[in-house]
Amino acid sequence: MNETLAALIPIVTVFILAVFVGLEVIAKVPQTLHTPLMSATNAIHGVILVGGLLVLGKAENLLMTIVGVSAVLFGTLNVVGGFVVTDRMLEMFRSRKGKKS
Amino acid sequence: MSRELIDIGYLVAAVCFILSLKLMNSPVSARRGNWVAMFGMAVALVVTMFSPSIQPANLAWIGAAVGVGAIGGFVSAKRVQMTAMPQMVALLNGLGGGAVALVALFEFLEADALGHHAASVQGITTVLSAIIGSISFSGSLIAFGKLQELLPGRPLTFKGQQVFNLLLLVVTLAMALAILAFGQATIPIFVGLVVASLVLGVSGVLPIGGADMPVVISLLNSFTGCAAGLAGFVLTNNALLIGGGLVGASGLILTLQMCTAMNRSLGNVLFGAVGSEVSAGGKAISGKQPKSYSPEDAAILLTNANTVVIVPGYGMAVAQAQHQTKELAGKLMGMGIDVKYAVHPVAGRMPGHMNVLLAEADVPYEQLFELEQINPLFPETDVVLVIGANDVVNPAARYDKTSPIFGMPILDVDKARTVIVSKRSMNPGFAGVDNELFLNDNTVMVFGNAKTSIAKISTALDTYA
Repeated sequence: MNETLAALIPIVTVFILAVFVGLEVIAKVPQTLHTPLMSATNAIHGVILVGGLLVLGKAENLLMTIVGVSAVLFGTLNVVGGFVVTDRMLEMFRSRKGKKS
Repeated sequence: MSRELIDIGYLVAAVCFILSLKLMNSPVSARRGNWVAMFGMAVALVVTMFSPSIQPANLAWIGAAVGVGAIGGFVSAKRVQMTAMPQMVALLNGLGGGAVALVALFEFLEADALGHHAASVQGITTVLSAIIGSISFSGSLIAFGKLQELLPGRPLTFKGQQVFNLLLLVVTLAMALAILAFGQATIPIFVGLVVASLVLGVSGVLPIGGADMPVVISLLNSFTGCAAGLAGFVLTNNALLIGGGLVGASGLILTLQMCTAMNRSLGNVLFGAVGSEVSAGGKAISGKQPKSYSPEDAAILLTNANTVVIVPGYGMAVAQAQHQTKELAGKLMGMGIDVKYAVHPVAGRMPGHMNVLLAEADVPYEQLFELEQINPLFPETDVVLVIGANDVVNPAARYDKTSPIFGMPILDVDKARTVIVSKRSMNPGFAGVDNELFLNDNTVMVFGNAKTSIAKISTALDTYA
């Protein structure tokens, strides 16, 4: 159990710190950017694609391959679609002077 | 590539994600922020491909799935209308949730095949990410259906729904415990767990009114982030841990901010079934008829004004009337009339929805006013032009304690001298609440599609100018 615990602590540390950074960084975003922000964070959780790639990479039978391929497909759609949609929203803010809000 | 190099790649990605969110604090740097996140994501994905656990035999599958996903994602994201963004985000979020659930399913299949005991940290996080990912998947699809109007926007409720949901949650958790206790050969229970979670997502979102969908999407966005972070525990992967944790936290903050903007609690949004009974709130509106004006008459009202405030709402978004609106505003300003836009924080179906559309039409930032800035100005405003907004200008929110939207900060357009409302019909808004504003003595209605009506008013202005 001690070994498991020792392996777990760095993981929990990273996760908890990430949560706190998320809370701090987000609190300052102006209302205007809430939709693009939701869209951008939506794309960022597409990082699950990393997990999809890792599992599909170790698939050993047909069932695992089907599950893995679906995960990678969904994850890729999430990442690519998410970033492109966000970019389209933000494109509209180009060549403008930023307004304090 | 060694494990260390891969981890350094993930560190780069994590720093990019955090920087990206920081850059999104300002409209000037927001687009760059998105690019930084893209770069970080690319780094994370590329180094992952060098992981020793990826067997060469599976590379073809990976290539095919990524290829199809990338092309499909790119094309659909490029084609989707700006007005359909909320449901697009819902759909993409659902896919992300589905991906998490599938990764968890795979891990479970593998652990089962290897004969691992599930009652470990790995087991617990696998089960949790399967539950949360599944809820996010089915819940987002329902939100998508409501926004796309494939499903009715009003809350779908049945007797004992909350009890049913609670029971379902208990059953889900019981199955989770059963899996953790027995460990092996529990694939049927795992499938049951996923199915129960999917049903929970559906029955949790169905009773929520269409107007509250942004809050739901934002919350489910946070869910997917959490689930992805939990998958990071399973795979001992820093990219997942940090990316998921960041999104889980940010999504929650955003959700709470949206609730604050509507002066409601998250619990009220999720369980209040707001908008289910049209007659539940608001004074019983007697047989009074609204005053219907032609676009030409509305144009005359506008030309006689010195100050005009335009209030855009979802109606402008659906009709894609933002360009006509800008043109109309341009003509009014050409006549020396002062024109401002009043943007309610939850107008449309996402916070900032109106800002995005008006930005698309090249409306200068200086003309956009927020709730607190514009409300004191309404009593001195000659004409307010409401384009397809409803709940955000409903005076009942100020005083009628029985109204479902009581307490929501609204734009006080009824205090202006004259209000012109462009609207398709007298139907209640997305929240399903009647609006007495339309029957006020100083309100005139211009019925019809917003794009057509605004274009007609605009043309009429040329005649009277």
